Amino acid sequence: MFRVTRRYQFACSHRLHSDFLSETENSLVYGKCNNPYGHGHNYVLRITARGPANAAGQAVNIQLLDDLVKREILGVIDHRNLNADVDWFGVAVPTSENLAVAIGQRLKQNWNSVFAGDWPRLDQVCIEETPRNIFLINADEIE
Amino acid sequence: MLITRKIEFSASHVCRVPELSEEENRRLFGPAANPHGHGHNYVLEVSVEGKPDPVTGMVLDLKELKDVLNREVVSLFDHRFLNYEVPPFDRVNPTAENVAREIWRRIEPSLNGSSRTLRQVRLYETPDLWVDYCGEGTEEGLCFA
Repeated sequence: MFRVTRRYQFACSHRLHSDFLSETENSLVYGKCNNPYGHGHNYVLRITARGPANAAGQAVNIQLLDDLVKREILGVIDHRNLNADVDWFGVAVPTSENLAVAIGQRLKQNWNSVFAGDWPRLDQVCIEETPRNIFLINADEIE
Repeated sequence: MLITRKIEFSASHVCRVPELSEEENRRLFGPAANPHGHGHNYVLEVSVEGKPDPVTGMVLDLKELKDVLNREVVSLFDHRFLNYEVPPFDRVNPTAENVAREIWRRIEPSLNGSSRTLRQVRLYETPDLWVDYCGEGTEEGLCFA
């Protein structure tokens, strides 16, 4: 059994603001991330899949994983505004917690379109919002 | 307690299965199937779990781990073309998975002891792609991370 991790990068802007909170509360909770015009990050996305190696010596076909991540994730969010351009969040706030869950959901929903068999399986989604702020979720935590 | 030693080696390889067509090799390995090969600065992280010895205070001497990695990996793999110069990769496709498993196979006998166990081999092909291998016993692939 192997775990294979692929690292991607994307750039997005966002604004952290909840419609369920007052202006004052938003300012208190999110601080400078509540800036009305938003701000951006160079995000790093780490996708880990696990499985046994096949006869070709491969646990995860990286060409297929790259195709999936580019089509379902990077093609949708890279160089976009998460609040204005991406319809993944509804009333939820585009924090990196919610972004990691949304990415995991989309990968799980579309996983079988490229990985049809029992293996490999999605194992983890990890977002580095900055080199100092890192968000990791196991695939089995994602519905 | 888990202790990790990191080393590097540079090597070339080509990922191809001779029985498969050119198209099928491309589908599996992309540009890594280019027939004349390409190279990587591989980074290897080896993690050993154990209890510190009550006298020395060490799980194992990291100099000893370094010597094992130099003897079993770096001296054989560094600045070599894996497919042509480093058995078993004349027969075994040198994917990151297979290289990680071969490293595990080579170093495990020197590292396992009564008070310590090899727990993980992590092999970076590039900073953007790496493989974790924890032996065949870990059915779900869950190492420790």
